[in-house]
Amino acid sequence: MQTPEQIRDRLLARFPGAGVTFVANPGASAQHSLLLAASEARAIAEFLRDDPELALDTCSNVTGVDWPEKEIVETIKKNVPDPAGGPDKVVEEKMKKTQPGCLEVIYHLYSMSRKQGPVVIRLRTGNRTDNVTLPSLTPVWRACDFQEREVYDLFGIVFAGHPDLRRILMWDGFKDHPMRKDYVDPDDFEWEPTPHDDVLERAKEHYPAAPVTAAPTASPTPEGKA
Amino acid sequence: MSAPSENSPSAVRPPSSGADPSAFPGLTSAPGSNIRAVNDPFHGDLLEVSMGPHHPSTHGVFRMMVTLDGEVVVKLKPVFGYLHRNHEKLGENTTYLASMPYTDRLDYLCSMTNNWAYALAVEKLAGQPVPERAEYIRLILAELTRLLNHVCLAGFLLQDCGASGTPLMYAFREREKILDLFESLSGSRMMCNYQRFGGCRIDPSAEWLDRVRALVAGFPRFLDEFERLITGNEIMMARTPGVGCLSPKLAISAGITGPMLRAAGVDYDLRKVDGYGIYPRYKFRVPLGAHGDTYDRYMIRVLEMRESLGLLEQVMKDIPGGPIMDPKAKLRGLRPKAGEAYGRIEGPKGEIGFFLISDGSPNPYRYRVRPPSFVNLTVLEDLCLGHTIADAVIILGSIDIVLGEVDR
Repeated sequence: MQTPEQIRDRLLARFPGAGVTFVANPGASAQHSLLLAASEARAIAEFLRDDPELALDTCSNVTGVDWPEKEIVETIKKNVPDPAGGPDKVVEEKMKKTQPGCLEVIYHLYSMSRKQGPVVIRLRTGNRTDNVTLPSLTPVWRACDFQEREVYDLFGIVFAGHPDLRRILMWDGFKDHPMRKDYVDPDDFEWEPTPHDDVLERAKEHYPAAPVTAAPTASPTPEGKA
Repeated sequence: MSAPSENSPSAVRPPSSGADPSAFPGLTSAPGSNIRAVNDPFHGDLLEVSMGPHHPSTHGVFRMMVTLDGEVVVKLKPVFGYLHRNHEKLGENTTYLASMPYTDRLDYLCSMTNNWAYALAVEKLAGQPVPERAEYIRLILAELTRLLNHVCLAGFLLQDCGASGTPLMYAFREREKILDLFESLSGSRMMCNYQRFGGCRIDPSAEWLDRVRALVAGFPRFLDEFERLITGNEIMMARTPGVGCLSPKLAISAGITGPMLRAAGVDYDLRKVDGYGIYPRYKFRVPLGAHGDTYDRYMIRVLEMRESLGLLEQVMKDIPGGPIMDPKAKLRGLRPKAGEAYGRIEGPKGEIGFFLISDGSPNPYRYRVRPPSFVNLTVLEDLCLGHTIADAVIILGSIDIVLGEVDR
């Protein structure tokens, strides 16, 4: 099995100038990954699948990750010359930086024919709000079909070229994307529109008109206690 | 829908949008997925049926939006999410250890293998070794889980075929014996919460191991009896061969795993491929199907049960003593250093994997479950097209889904 660095070099030889970056994994598992530029991702994915040496014919796992904007404090050491002529003073300056946020999709690719893997590839969106479109890899690996729909549903990443991009776990009328880190539950999260609501609405016209009587003076039990 | 002209063979209905094979270029659709020409002058409009979510054949709260031409399925869209509780968000908001009991609730028939897959992923993330004895116990429990899952599936499949009651009760009798073992070991029949990062929770006694040996010795007798009842059974032979054929090419591309993949003839078993745990030390065969139909999917499970029994027989002979937990293992307050890991094992339903990203805090930054049932459902439509609605029920039964895992 080729290492991710070797795969990156082969990809760069095959697709000169393509955005392929090696992402090291400092953890104990040492499963390193390759970050692909969204524009070439589809062509690279097809190459990974069809290449006889790699033959990554199946995509096992597709998942999204939310990386919100982060404030990082960088400390920079500066040498300030002493006006009195002594040795330089070291002054630490703290700089606040905002690291832009993004949404990420991670694909774990395996080869069933050559029994090797995983090769981990990642795609990143431009930001978390209006630039969240990534190419769909469902035409390359059918296994991405439901899993990309799930990522769309829970993270709000739009997969261009997906044959049937709909919500899969949440209901169709749901507005937000619950797996984002800044998601807040709505107060009435139990409520869910059902076809039955329409039926009740249409049935209203068949109700008899409410009898006109004097309004009750006071209800015996306060509302909500019954 | 316009009626097809005359009884000419070219009068083919335009395929519905979902069934359009051109939506997946580069793939040939599964055998049986071509939409039949309807030459019946009496045929009427297509009928859309919402089957489920509360339907006894859907194995839980699962819904199939089926478009029918007469009795034949021309379009099928699975709808699920009724049991969705955002398991992954729960995992991100609790510590590593506190997610362990939640994994029992994914595939509630196979809590032991879910536990193992999660423990394996965390062990990869934290670089945590596992003592020898714990590896043996894990293997025994995983194979017992496989027996229990496959025997249930066979019972339910016959139930779906209309053999109401009897085979299922036979299967459940054996399942109870295994659940009794689980209960006496872990304290719970189904929600075992047994594995830990770096070992397991309770050391099984010698008496418990003897009970496993007795079960393994008695199980083949039951299996023979069960096969006499079912394998050549008239209902089985009338309903399952040739139904829902899955081609190896589609199976590989769609990420199908487990018995369903091997029924399609693809030799891919993670116990062999990844060689996790102590599987490489023991001999067992990987049964493969030839047609990928529902009958093969049933038969593969029966054969896998026999292989599991052979594996258990070998393993029960040499269980070493020693600790069941790595003494350096950290459970509470585990803070793996930043990084990510994907760990997977061969569960009874297929590849169950966990993907974890750590940022050095006590909770995982990202906790992802790769559920086999969910991915295996991808091809449900391809398998059902061209078959009758009654066959769709047994095809779904042979995929073997548990909604706790599909919906998460």
